[in-house]
Amino acid sequence: MHNFAFHRPTSVADAAKAIGAASDGKFVAGGQTLLPTLRQRLAEPSDMIDLSAIAELKGIKVEGDGITIGAATTHTEVANSADVKKTIPALAHLASLIGDHQVRQRGTIGGSIANNDPAADYPAAVLGLGATIRTNKREIKADDFFKGMFETDLAEGEIITAVHFPKPEKAGYEKFRQPASRFALVGVFVAKTGGGIRVAVTGAGPGVFRSKELEAALGGNFTADAAKGVKISANGLNGDLHGSPEYRASLVSTLAARATAAAS
Amino acid sequence: MPTVTMTVNGKAVTGEVEGRTLLVHFLRDKLHLTGTHVGCDTAQCGACTVHLNGKAIKSCNMLALQAEGAEITTIEGLAQNGTLHPMQEAFRDNHGLQCGFCTPGMVMAAVSLVKGKSNLSDDEIRHGLDGNICRCTGYHNIVKAVKAGAQAMGGK
Ligand code: FES
Ligand code: FES
Repeated sequence: MHNFAFHRPTSVADAAKAIGAASDGKFVAGGQTLLPTLRQRLAEPSDMIDLSAIAELKGIKVEGDGITIGAATTHTEVANSADVKKTIPALAHLASLIGDHQVRQRGTIGGSIANNDPAADYPAAVLGLGATIRTNKREIKADDFFKGMFETDLAEGEIITAVHFPKPEKAGYEKFRQPASRFALVGVFVAKTGGGIRVAVTGAGPGVFRSKELEAALGGNFTADAAKGVKISANGLNGDLHGSPEYRASLVSTLAARATAAAS
Repeated sequence: MPTVTMTVNGKAVTGEVEGRTLLVHFLRDKLHLTGTHVGCDTAQCGACTVHLNGKAIKSCNMLALQAEGAEITTIEGLAQNGTLHPMQEAFRDNHGLQCGFCTPGMVMAAVSLVKGKSNLSDDEIRHGLDGNICRCTGYHNIVKAVKAGAQAMGGK
């Protein structure tokens, strides 16, 4: 790993200043993806700006008809939160499936979303629930935030401060785990919301996406059978040694059915 | 060079590190606490597990400077006055190790995992130890050890 200057600001404003002053700065929160990336020398930042000492980025609050989670809140905190379990149990369930015990105690929701790994779990919840991403500059709707593999709408130096999840009528998440990486080979988040059915799929394509076919099928009939009957096209889906595009396509409807059955 | 100050096994320590110094290297190379192992380069094996403010984390996946002001416990800090921690004792009693390389990480992960729970199913333990890899035992006796250790700890 190449060396870098390290900064540990205690406010979002100072973090924004630090990244502005760096020639090629990077934010680090839990670092569960970034540190392995640095060790493989896939990134060589001049400066690392640690967001983990910023109190205003942490915590979970019930807000309006939903839940707001600070960007530097860990997966364990979300999985164990009584408020999340009560308001959106599927979100707590999803957080409990990320990585492993140790990774969940360091990894953060903001980091996961900013990185937008095509097989990460959180993007499925954010898109599936139609969440709003709050940054130090603006609010971004989930539908506008994810831009494909490792790409988001975030501008250079923009900091996610929190994510607001509206409470759905019902939601569920099921994941077929790649056992070595613990990422989703495929993960499907289904939600019945005031604004209709939303189905978000992670792991299967180059980035998280909504499945219009599943949304249409579940819109008429929110049952596992309705999801199971949807034939997903393998076109454009990922294929690798872990599974062909056809295999992933079949997993999408299978997992959507399971998520629908489990939805609460 | 920047300096970092933290509490390790109850003692305040300060040391010079580089920005890129990993917590595990600070513990092993500067503090000579070599019970914390490095088994991989991908943050997957869990041999480097220590407690950060009471929670198990992988010390190879964190910068030393990120632990500023934190309380760290390593495997060396578990035994009290020469008496093994109940989880260490349970690993010994249940033959929960062979070569021992993964053991410090297993024990630290297990102590964190069973906190507040004295009765865990085999399934919960196996899932809970997802982040720790053992090349020797086949896990069977590790699961037995964690179960016994959890009972001995009585939900603490
Ligand atoms: S050395 Fe830290 S996980 Fe392998
Ligand atoms: S006892 Fe040898 S690696 Fe676990």
